[in-house]
Amino acid sequence: MAQLTLIQAINDAMRIALERDPSVVILGEDVGKNGGVFRATEGLWKRFGDDRVIDTPLAEAGIVGTAIGMAVNGLRPIVEIQFLGFSYPGFEQIVSHAARLRTRTQGMFPATMVIRAPYGGGIRAPELHSDSTEALFVHTPGLKVVVPSTPYDAKGLLLASISDPDPVLFLEPMKLYRSVREEVPETAYEVPIGQARVVREGEDVTLLAWGAMVPVAIAAADEWAEKGVSCEVIDVRSLYPLDEETLVTSVKKTGRAVIVHEAPRTAGVGAELAAMLQEQAFLWLEAPIARVTGYDVPVPMFALEDAFRPDVKRVSEAVRQVIAF
Amino acid sequence: MLRQMEKVGLQYLQPDGTLTPEGEVAWKPIERPLKIEFYRWMCKIRLFDQRAVILQRQGRIGTYAPLQGQEAAQVGSALALNREDWVFPSYREHGVAMIAGMPLKQILLYWMGRVEGCRPPEGIKLFPPAVPIATQIPHAAGAAWASKLKGEQSVAVAYFGDGATSEGDFHEGLNFAGVFRLPVIFFCQNNQYAISVPFSRQTATETVAEKAAAYAIRGVRVDGNDVLAIYTVMKEAVERARSGEGATLIEAVTYRHGAHTTADDAGRYRKQEETREWVELRDPLTRYRRLLESEGLWSEAEERDWEAHCKQEIEEAVREAESAEVPPSSHLFAHVFADLPPSLVRQRESLFRLEEG
Repeated sequence: MAQLTLIQAINDAMRIALERDPSVVILGEDVGKNGGVFRATEGLWKRFGDDRVIDTPLAEAGIVGTAIGMAVNGLRPIVEIQFLGFSYPGFEQIVSHAARLRTRTQGMFPATMVIRAPYGGGIRAPELHSDSTEALFVHTPGLKVVVPSTPYDAKGLLLASISDPDPVLFLEPMKLYRSVREEVPETAYEVPIGQARVVREGEDVTLLAWGAMVPVAIAAADEWAEKGVSCEVIDVRSLYPLDEETLVTSVKKTGRAVIVHEAPRTAGVGAELAAMLQEQAFLWLEAPIARVTGYDVPVPMFALEDAFRPDVKRVSEAVRQVIAF
Repeated sequence: MLRQMEKVGLQYLQPDGTLTPEGEVAWKPIERPLKIEFYRWMCKIRLFDQRAVILQRQGRIGTYAPLQGQEAAQVGSALALNREDWVFPSYREHGVAMIAGMPLKQILLYWMGRVEGCRPPEGIKLFPPAVPIATQIPHAAGAAWASKLKGEQSVAVAYFGDGATSEGDFHEGLNFAGVFRLPVIFFCQNNQYAISVPFSRQTATETVAEKAAAYAIRGVRVDGNDVLAIYTVMKEAVERARSGEGATLIEAVTYRHGAHTTADDAGRYRKQEETREWVELRDPLTRYRRLLESEGLWSEAEERDWEAHCKQEIEEAVREAESAEVPPSSHLFAHVFADLPPSLVRQRESLFRLEEG
């Protein structure tokens, strides 16, 4: 097994997919010769050629729209959108077509495709590059939305997304692209969509997070462990479909929950999780469910990024509140 | 200013039913059955359209988008395609859909608000109508792209109106087609109005066809009410696409006789004289019927028989559509995903329980 970063694991998953299925193609801006702005497609163009790893014009609606046409005509496109915040010109194609085609055509022409997009802050990127608008897509029926937070999960979840018959939005936390490294099997394997990962077991509070907020939640759990409070940390990983069972089981055990996400708070995915938990675990709750999120302001330019994104301090304070309630 | 001819576009069949010299050349090699088929389809489509408007007035179907006046553009272009070709229509291409192999019953079901009306029979490569404007244009480019990458011969056609040429998706789709030399045809029925907004408010250029130059694809302007010219131009575009010569943008200059949909009143934005001129002087059916009759290929008796045949077929489709079993409410969940996620299974179960009382 090799020690890979998250972005290397993503690259490895796409290499395997291109190797084993001739209908898989990658298309996007700068994915070819340049190997992607984050190097996710490094080396693939050279190895698989211009017809499999395709540099497109700079046009998100065109990229997603042509990928839909490709998908219905027998290819399995993997679309790279350079940053999630740049998906908005292609939003109509995702929401009005990719997500609905299976329903609209009664199963005849499903849009079997993966849309990969780096997202979230923490790397001091320019304006509009750090959006975390997963809720827009989770709210869209017909789409699956997944977020890995480890290299192992990144490879397995991406391979699962590529073989999934439905359109999958695969969100990549930019902050974690190169900050973590772990053993990743060289062979193909899948991490099933729809399953959360229990990162650490605990008794007193459940911390729910995804993407780059998972390491923050872990750090907060470490802090409280020193004070004798045991936190269960769950990487939600699959935002739609959601692994309600794992989440509910954990909250029933601990009686307390803190949800952490970097997207703005109002109508975010955290609101959905809180509602779901109170529907299914109300009688087990010892305190109101707390949310630690970005504020309801446009994601700031990076000078104020740290004030916007939840950090260990804010998560720890939320843990204190739910324990003290 | 464009000359009158350039405004109209390429024309083979004049409004008085006589052929131009180029028209003579195009007319000769066409087989007699196809010559008759052009008219039969136009006639059937018009009768269907007229019936659909009445059905809407009677409350038997929902809001409907009529196509009367655009029969030649749809028939001439659709008959130039093969079964292996892909069709990406807007919401006004009922004629194209019929020729592609969509049963009349299905088309009626669509306008009755039934999702089953989106699904063509197996093997028919026809997309459901695109309701957002121009979004089907990149789809056609993508399907054509896949054909090219797979080494197949099929081409893809996107149908859209003049309003669609203002949308970004139009430009992105044409640009991809130009850059990757895709076997795709962009078929614009310029019917002069996007609901109420005239063509002059969509673009400052005199034509749609000239926009092809910006993407280094071929552009052709053609009289959209001349079924012979449409068929010839489309056939040529299809052959070019199949032989690897790339995409074509066809602008068929036409006019919708009625309103945008049955929910709108065209009298608010179009002058009566203008509409009368198109309906009385440039009608695609009248013009072509004159030609057929003068060639001895069609008669009053044949007209009566064919109309009766079509009306019977349409009534049969109406009966079938109206008696089609209504799916249970749980059908809402039938095709959202290949496999239903647990939360959707629970939502479906709650609907079952509600229905069982």
